[in-house]
Amino acid sequence: MILPMPHDHTHDDHPHSLLPSEPALRVKALETILTQKGLIDPAALDEIIDTYENRIGPRNGAHVVARAWSDSAFRAALLEDADPVVSELGYYGRQGEHIVAVENTDDVHNMVVCTLCSCYPWPLLGIPPGWYKSDAYRARTVREPRKVLADFGVELPENMAVRVWDSTAEVRYLVIPQRPAGTEGMSEADLMDLVTRDSMIGCGLAKAP
Amino acid sequence: MTRVHDMGARFGDGPVVPEPEGVQFHENWHPRALAVTLACGSLGLWNIDVSRHARESLSPKDYARFSYYEKWISALADMLVEKGALSSEELASGQAIGPSDLVSRKLAEAAVAEVLAKGAPADRPSNVAPLYRTGDLVKARAFPENIAVPGGHTRLPSYAAGATGRILRLHGSHVLPDSNAHGRGEAPEPLYAVAFRASDLWAHAEHPRDEVIVDMWQSYLGAT
Repeated sequence: MILPMPHDHTHDDHPHSLLPSEPALRVKALETILTQKGLIDPAALDEIIDTYENRIGPRNGAHVVARAWSDSAFRAALLEDADPVVSELGYYGRQGEHIVAVENTDDVHNMVVCTLCSCYPWPLLGIPPGWYKSDAYRARTVREPRKVLADFGVELPENMAVRVWDSTAEVRYLVIPQRPAGTEGMSEADLMDLVTRDSMIGCGLAKAP
Repeated sequence: MTRVHDMGARFGDGPVVPEPEGVQFHENWHPRALAVTLACGSLGLWNIDVSRHARESLSPKDYARFSYYEKWISALADMLVEKGALSSEELASGQAIGPSDLVSRKLAEAAVAEVLAKGAPADRPSNVAPLYRTGDLVKARAFPENIAVPGGHTRLPSYAAGATGRILRLHGSHVLPDSNAHGRGEAPEPLYAVAFRASDLWAHAEHPRDEVIVDMWQSYLGAT
């Protein structure tokens, strides 16, 4: 005789289980109900999406990094207290209210993670990439940062220490990657092109010119 | 004693898969899920700590199998019902039943840019004086749990519980998530970046000089 397991059910007591299980339909159903209710405006949703698809992204952070490479007073102010400095450039906002910039050196490489969810400096880097939100990145980075770096094709010099910053509060960390060799005299705009998103999370290095 | 979201240092996950810089979403419904969630935040029914706790309170089975934005949208539905903005009947039928008294709080298209640019700072004046200075040794509390609310929200990751670290910097006083997630007030207190030696956290640290820095509120910490 075969009996079902006593708790082998697919629904629990959370209200979300009342919505369709297919995620695309789940979102659609919620959007429909909320729109009918007058609680959301579909045009406002389009505006939010346009903001993060087209206006706020990692070129903002690259601008900050390139300026820090080019201007020692700016760099010093950024490392001392980043909030007024990035605000001055217009990069303040949601999920970037408290920014701390950490600088890679010959001695220390910095990496940023959020093990508890997916905290990330949105006004500087946009919304986080899929891998930043993945279980693998959240679980592994604190314990084996070099193995995670290897997944990105990055190998650090043997004597370099790694500092992993776990974003457990509302402070958001921006890594200032090392300025590549052979970039003396390059303009801020040209330097920006060398600053990758991954390098500002600490999962990559700035590109060689 | 922990929840499934507290996965730092867990073994068994596979490789991290890099992706090109231009990829923001992986499914057509992802941006809608993001936007619906942000727009509902403007209704003022919850704060960021309540919404994080709602995601963490998904059943472990759901948390593990849901993709990122599925967690968002599911926790959103749970909060909307819990706060009375929608009813279970509305979720089940897929149709609104009756009007809402929150219509005046709807995020208008014209207000989006201002709301996103304004953000929601978490620093507050506090009458809790900082107990520690840069360089002080501190011990994270042994239980990675909310001390006041059983099963409640906390931002103390289990891998650092009970570990000794040193104060790297004071961030100022910030809203305490353990309180703010449960309608118990913002209870701001000093927030520190605390450096832990990897070799004090893991049996097999990759490098003797590696460190993990965790932001911790003063009430998470004690003297060594």
